[in-house]
Amino acid sequence: MVDTNPIKQFEIHEVAPLEIAGLNLAFTNSAFFMLLATAAVTLLMALATNKRALVPGRGQSIAEILYGFVADMVRSSAGNEGLRFFPFVFSLFIFILAANMFGMFPYMPLPIPGVDFHGFTVTSHIIVTLTLSMMVMTIVVGFGIYKNGFKFLKLFVPAGVPPILYIIVTPIEVISFLSRPISLSVRLFANMLAGHILLKVFAGFIVMLGAAGAAWGIVGILPFAMVIGLTALEFLVAFLQAYVFAILTCIYLNDALHPAH
Amino acid sequence: MTLIALINMAVTAAQEAGGGEHEASGAFPPFDPTYFASQIFWLLVTFAALYLLMSRWILPRIGGIIEERRDRIADDLDTAQQISSEADETRSAYEQALADARARAHNLAAEAKAAMDQEIADETAEVDAEIAAKSAEAENKLADARTKALAEVRGIAASAATEAVNLIGGLTVTEKDADEAIKALESRQEKSV
Repeated sequence: MVDTNPIKQFEIHEVAPLEIAGLNLAFTNSAFFMLLATAAVTLLMALATNKRALVPGRGQSIAEILYGFVADMVRSSAGNEGLRFFPFVFSLFIFILAANMFGMFPYMPLPIPGVDFHGFTVTSHIIVTLTLSMMVMTIVVGFGIYKNGFKFLKLFVPAGVPPILYIIVTPIEVISFLSRPISLSVRLFANMLAGHILLKVFAGFIVMLGAAGAAWGIVGILPFAMVIGLTALEFLVAFLQAYVFAILTCIYLNDALHPAH
Repeated sequence: MTLIALINMAVTAAQEAGGGEHEASGAFPPFDPTYFASQIFWLLVTFAALYLLMSRWILPRIGGIIEERRDRIADDLDTAQQISSEADETRSAYEQALADARARAHNLAAEAKAAMDQEIADETAEVDAEIAAKSAEAENKLADARTKALAEVRGIAASAATEAVNLIGGLTVTEKDADEAIKALESRQEKSV
């Protein structure tokens, strides 16, 4: 009997056990995909820019376009001072993009003998996206206080508001600031989770219809067409969510650089 | 209708299939805290590695390539500008030389014309002087000839008168006498005039 469970893709399996200070830090399929994303990005970027050609080839063009794309994103939302965070935003963007793209493989056998793994999307786990967003918020708060000191709190007291309104505005600003890591992480997590569940539910229909009998097999064309459409949509979402995460990071970093706005 | 039936079928199948799993792991995998620590740990490790590789190696390299290209283009544009200005200079120098040569040629022509005019004027003056000298000489000669002729005429008149007197009057008159008589006549004529 074929497994059509759409939740199976999110399961985590231990590959190599590791325990430090009583914490289970086992190397899992999730860690493997993180490592895969890092290695693939580094390798591709290094290979693409290996020639250092004055007139770039296809690979180098893509690397340069990615560089320019993220640099422009940082510059336009956090100004030229924001460029000090360019390596961080670039790493964040490329890591999420690579993790999302590797998640698009419906089946990904691991190069480990005896272990047969399903596809896995790193960013479909709330703990991963939450860690990434907490990383961003730590940098925003840490750098904001380091650079502006007490003036960082001006973020919660927007200029040009009548003093009486601060009673309402300041709590709103505080709540909005505190909800940032949640919205940032849940947006990415929910998009990846929902998209992949939908994809596997429709893919499951094809299998179930195929198993139901000769006549039902023809009806299976409908969910198959749906899966094709959804796959295209998921590729868009995979890119878009990486972009959204990076641009929101830039906007939050801008607050750390210029809290008076 | 078929679609709704299909969705129902899938949901029940998923629940049945997932049922066993849920009992084993205890929760929906993304919310299962068993591997939270592991995921955080490996995310930090891999992301730190990626950050270091990007910020120390890949990004400076791409930045360097882009910078190099920009510099090269700027250099090439500078060189082109330089060559263009050199060409402009050369052209203006050529035009200057041409204008100089024209001016010089003009001057030479004017000088030659002036020299020629001077020569013509000199020669004309010389020839005029010569003509004047020759004419004066001729006039002198004419005057001498006339004087001489007049003197001769007087002599002829005297001898003729002598002869006439001798023939008619039988008188012997010397030429000296005749000459004196003519002179007397002339002076009388002059007085009457």
